[in-house]
Amino acid sequence: MADPNTRAELATSAEVATAKRTRGSAVRAIVFVVALLVVVGAVDLLTHGEFLTPGNLTNVLRQISVNAIMAVGQTFVIITAGIDLSVGSLVALTSVVMALVANALHLPGPATFVVTLVAGIAVGCAAGWINALPVVRLGLPPFITTLAMLQVARGLAYILAHGQPIPLADPGAFSWLGVGGLGAGPLGPAGLPYQVLVMGLVAIVFSVVLGRTAFGRYVLADGGNEEAARLAGIDVRRVKTRVYIISGGCAALAGLLLMSRFASGSPQNGVGYELQAIAAVVVGGTSLMGGRGSIVGTFFGALLIGVLNNVMDLLNIESYTQLIVLGIVILLAVVVDELRKRYLAAH
Amino acid sequence: MSDPAHSAPLLRMTGIVKTFPGVRALDGVSFDVTAGEVHALVGENGAGKSTLMKILAGAQPADAGEIAVDGVVVTIDGPRAAERLGIGMIYQEFNLVPDLGVTENVVLGVEPRRGVLLDRAAAAREASRVLTELGIALPLDVPARRLTVAQQQLTEIAKCLVRRARLIVMDEPTAALTDRETDALFALIAGLKAQGVAFVYISHRLEELPRIADRITVLRDGKAIETRAAAELPRDELIRLMVGRPVESHFPELPAVAAEAPVGLDVRGLTARAGVPIDDVTFSVRSGEIVGLAGLVGAGRTDIVRAIAGADVPQHGEIRIAGERVVVHSPRSAIKAGVVLIPEDRKSQGLVLGMTVRENTTLAHLHQFMRGPLVDRAAETAVATTEAAELHIRTPSVEQIVRNLSGGNQQKVVLAKWLIGQARVFLFDEPTRGIDVGAKAEIYALMVELARRGAAIVMVSSELPEVLGMSHRILVVRDGRIQAEFTHDEATPAKVIAVATGVAA
Repeated sequence: MADPNTRAELATSAEVATAKRTRGSAVRAIVFVVALLVVVGAVDLLTHGEFLTPGNLTNVLRQISVNAIMAVGQTFVIITAGIDLSVGSLVALTSVVMALVANALHLPGPATFVVTLVAGIAVGCAAGWINALPVVRLGLPPFITTLAMLQVARGLAYILAHGQPIPLADPGAFSWLGVGGLGAGPLGPAGLPYQVLVMGLVAIVFSVVLGRTAFGRYVLADGGNEEAARLAGIDVRRVKTRVYIISGGCAALAGLLLMSRFASGSPQNGVGYELQAIAAVVVGGTSLMGGRGSIVGTFFGALLIGVLNNVMDLLNIESYTQLIVLGIVILLAVVVDELRKRYLAAH
Repeated sequence: MSDPAHSAPLLRMTGIVKTFPGVRALDGVSFDVTAGEVHALVGENGAGKSTLMKILAGAQPADAGEIAVDGVVVTIDGPRAAERLGIGMIYQEFNLVPDLGVTENVVLGVEPRRGVLLDRAAAAREASRVLTELGIALPLDVPARRLTVAQQQLTEIAKCLVRRARLIVMDEPTAALTDRETDALFALIAGLKAQGVAFVYISHRLEELPRIADRITVLRDGKAIETRAAAELPRDELIRLMVGRPVESHFPELPAVAAEAPVGLDVRGLTARAGVPIDDVTFSVRSGEIVGLAGLVGAGRTDIVRAIAGADVPQHGEIRIAGERVVVHSPRSAIKAGVVLIPEDRKSQGLVLGMTVRENTTLAHLHQFMRGPLVDRAAETAVATTEAAELHIRTPSVEQIVRNLSGGNQQKVVLAKWLIGQARVFLFDEPTRGIDVGAKAEIYALMVELARRGAAIVMVSSELPEVLGMSHRILVVRDGRIQAEFTHDEATPAKVIAVATGVAA
C-alpha cells in the first residue's frame, strides 16, 4: 500500500507546516519581546528607575522561587485534570519535619543538609502518594483527598512543632541556601540567590520531564483522554500516582527553601500557598480541564504574578488594592487564553 | 387505522431531512400518527429512527421538513416545546433522577407550588392520580435507583401523562423487561390507546410487533421505505424491507484461509459482568481469518471484544493467543500478548483528540522511540509520516491535532497506532461507523491485508452488509451469548436478523 508519491507530498507539506509554524512562533516571540520591553520601560519610568536594577530583579526572582517550585509540581497534577490543595500545608509539615531532623542530627553541616533534604523530600513524596491513593483506587475526586491532606498535614505540623516555630540549632548548614548567592556584586549584595538557581534547576528538569520523556507524554495523554490512554496500554494509575508524588516533593523543596531562609521550621508556613501555585499554573496557560500545559508557561505565570507584586510595592500601592489587581489579572489571563483558543479553533 | 372522522392526523412529519458531517441521516422522511394508534418504527441500526424521534422531541433541529400537530404546522425548538404539544419521549436510557422518589420524578419540572414553596401534598396527589389511572401501584417515596427496570419505565410513562402527553414515543421499551412485564406493559398501552393516546413504538423485537402495533413504518438509510398495516406485513417481508439492498459488492475479495492455518485466537468460556453480561462465550479465529460478530446494539458484542482486550476486568474463561494461554488483566497485558482493540468510539476511547497525529500514532509504543530517557521525536516523526502515507491519512502534517481531522482520517490514526506494533490479534469494534465510503473501502482493504499477513481478526459491526461482506465466518450474538454461526457463503441478512432478533434460535 506504500505510495512513494503521497509520502513525498506528505513530507513536503509537513515541512511547509513546520516552516510556517516556526515563522509564526518567531513573529509571536518578537511581538512578545517588543511588548515586554515597552511595558518594562513604562514601569521603570513610573518607578523612577527602581524596577530595572539588578538588585530588584534578582529580588523578584527570589521572591517567586517558592511559589514557582510549588507551581511546577502543581502543573503536573493539573494537566491530569486533578488538583493538589495540600501543598501549602505540606510546606509547613515538611519544614517542621526537616527542622526536627536537622536538630536531632549531630553531623557536619553538609551531611546534616543532605540528610535533612532527603527526609523532607521523602515526607513530601509520601504525602503525595497518600493523596493519590484514594484517587486512583476508588476514583475519589482529588479536590477531596487533597483537601483532607491540607487539614491533616497542617494539624500534624502543629502537633510536631508544639505550635511554635522550631529554630534551627545549626542555621549555618542551611543559611547558604536561605540567603546566599552566587557572584555577589553586580547582581546585588548577595549575588544570584541560590534559591533562584534551585528554582531554575527544578523548572528545567521538569520541563524536560514533561516535554521530552515518555512519562511526560503519558501525563498529557492521561489528562487529554484517560480512557484512550488506558486502552493504549498506559498504566494510568501509576501515572496519576506519580504526579501527586512530584507535587508533594516540590512542596517539600519549597519547605526547605523557607526553612533555610528563616532558619526555622514553622507550622504557620505556606498558608494559602496552594492557591498562589494554582494561580501561577492557570495564568501560565495550563488547562484545568487537563491535557494541556507547560512548565515554561507556569514559570512565566509565577513570574508575572511576582513582577506585578513587586511593581505595585515599588509604586506604594497598598496591599488591599494589590489583592484586587491580582485577582483581576488572574481572571484576565484566563479570559485572554480562552479567547485565543476560540480564535484559533475558528480559523 | 386512520380515523376518517378527523381531517388531520395527530402528528404528521413531512419531508424531514437531517444531515450530519458526511452522513445524510434522514433523507426526506414522511411519517404520521393518528390518535389512539400504535405506530411501530423499525429499521436497522443507523437507519435513522433515533434521529427522527430526536427531531420530534426537540432534541435536535431538522435541516428541512415540516411537523404538524392536529394539522397545524409547529416549530419544535426544544424539549419544552415538544412537551407543550403533548409529545412525550421515553428513551431507552431512562431520564430519571436516581436519588429522587417516584413522586418527585413524575412531577419534575412541573411541580405544583404554593407561593415559592413546593406543594408536596399536591405533588403526591397528582402522582397517585396518574398511577391510579394507569391501574398500577408504585412505591411513591422510593428513590428511582432502587426501582426495577419495569417500575422505572412505568414512572417514565406516568411522567408523560402528568404532562398530558397525547403521543408517547417509546424506544426499545421491552429490551430489558421479562415476558410478564412485557405483557403488563402491552395491557397498559392498550388501555391508554382506548383513551386516545398514540404511541410511536421503536423496537428491534420484530416478533412482538403483531401483538402491539397497528401500523409499521420501515426506515432504511434515512428513508421511509414502506408504511403498512401491521396485519398486512408478514415477518419475512418485514426483514426483507429492513435489509433492502442486496449485499453491496464494494467489499474486497477475502483471501482464503489455509486449511492448516494455526488458531490465532482461542476463547473458551469467556464470562464477564462489566457492561452487558456475557456468558460462556467460546470461539476461535484462525490466523488469516476474519470473524464477524453480528447482533443488535446491546447484545454484548462490544463486551466480548472488550473483555478479550482487557478493557473490562475481571473476566473469566480462557484466552489463548497462538496456542499460548494468556492472562489478560488490563489493556496493557493484552497488548503485550499481541491483542489490540480498535474501539467503537474513536473520540472517547481511541484517540487523545488534543494531541497530534504523531503523538497518537506512537502513544501505545512509545518505548520503541526512546533515546536514553528522552523520546526521540525525529524517529517518531519518521514513523508517523510513513504510517500516514501508507494509510492515506489526509492531514497537512503529522503535527496536526487529530481533533481537526475528519472521522475517516481519525479512524486511520487509531489504526496507525496499532500497526506499528507486533499485534497478532486485531479486534475491530464498529470500524467504519460514521465514516465516508472512500475511507471505508480503505479500511476494508487494510483488514484484508492484515489477514493476508496472518493476523487473526474479529470484527463487530452493526452494518449487516459489512459483517456479511467482510467475514469468513459470522457469529450471531444475542443476550451475551453466541447463538449461531454461519460461514460466509451460508449467511444471509434474513438468517442473521432472525437470530439476532430472537425470531429464530
